Amino acid sequence: MSEISMTVNGRAVTASAASDVLLADFLRQNLDLTGTHVGCDTSQCGACVVQMDGASVKSCTILAAQAEGADIVTIEGLATNGDMHPMQKAFHDNHALQCGFCTPGMLISAIDLVSKNPDPTEAEVRKGLEGNLCRCTGYHNIVKAVLAAAQDMRG
Amino acid sequence: MSDINYLKAADLEAAAASLKSASEGAYLAGGMTLLPAIKLGLNQPSDLVDLGGIGALHTITVDGETLVIGAMVNHYQVANSDDVNGRIPALADLAEGIGDPQVRNRGTIGGSIANNDPAADYPAACLGLGATIITNQREIAADDFFTGLLETALEDGEIITAVSFPVPEKAGYAKLQNPASRFALVGVFVSSGAGGVRVAVTGAGASGVFRASDAEAALSGDFSASAIAGASVAEGGMLSDIHAAADYRAHLVGVMAARAVEACG
Repeated sequence: MSEISMTVNGRAVTASAASDVLLADFLRQNLDLTGTHVGCDTSQCGACVVQMDGASVKSCTILAAQAEGADIVTIEGLATNGDMHPMQKAFHDNHALQCGFCTPGMLISAIDLVSKNPDPTEAEVRKGLEGNLCRCTGYHNIVKAVLAAAQDMRG
Repeated sequence: MSDINYLKAADLEAAAASLKSASEGAYLAGGMTLLPAIKLGLNQPSDLVDLGGIGALHTITVDGETLVIGAMVNHYQVANSDDVNGRIPALADLAEGIGDPQVRNRGTIGGSIANNDPAADYPAACLGLGATIITNQREIAADDFFTGLLETALEDGEIITAVSFPVPEKAGYAKLQNPASRFALVGVFVSSGAGGVRVAVTGAGASGVFRASDAEAALSGDFSASAIAGASVAEGGMLSDIHAAADYRAHLVGVMAARAVEACG
């Protein structure tokens, strides 16, 4: 076991965990942040995507120890004082989820996409979400939501 | 997983020493291949020595007509580097086509070529540009580096520190990607420069990346897509699996080579 420390959703956290624990498991089991989902556990589906030092990453394919000292944002950290992040609001407004399992990862990936490309085309949104799978096949409304959120975030 | 020790190395010397003292140690770069392989039980190291904390491995530099990319530079950084886009845009395009955005945010050039997956993109760029692989011990020409399926000239404990690319006059990369994994079903990297014409093929060879010498000869006389129209390679030595049969891959080599030449602009 080793002490692992990082900042999660703006809060400094330290927990004791095995040195080979995955970041996804560390978030879910040590920190009880179960909004980060583990879908495939083989780096394919993107349900586990979190933000690490500003970049979207698959937390099932990173050791928690590799995130020592990092700044992590999960789905639980997106809203501000109960107000949804513009991307969350756009998903809500556009019915961009059905079962919701892929949604946490979709949101984090979409926010990374729009931060790097504030005015994406539909094709760029679809390409930018290649690392996230929705088994309800709800891509159409997800893409609509990301385009709407991008417009909203540009102001 | 199964009680793997994790160590973050501060420098190359510490990394090499840590690996030497481990019973079955492995270096950890971006982890996009190694960690899934460990989870599947295909690889069971006793210790992981993380190279991510070694600052010198994270830089991209230009030295005259040479572009030097540190081993821990990730695919997103290569795709978006002004130095790479300015000198070898085909290399930036190749990096932009690897995996998905989250893989590109973590996966590294050093990790990709050390693994030498037969369908990976970077081995084609290294061989197709006549790159030099720089390690903590020596410099290895790309022609001597990729020795077989998932095999390289690296010795036990040797660490790739950077890849040095001579800037070509022109270069292009084209691949038909597996739509699920986005690995190359067949990918061809072509370049023309001081070292002549080079054509490197990934995804197709049963022994991994290789140079297509017939296409190189044809393009040396006439660097145009029409010079290699209809060309293919012998089916012997081609990979054959559920994704594509050997004859289809052999055919695709010619198609992708022509597209890569066209991509040179």
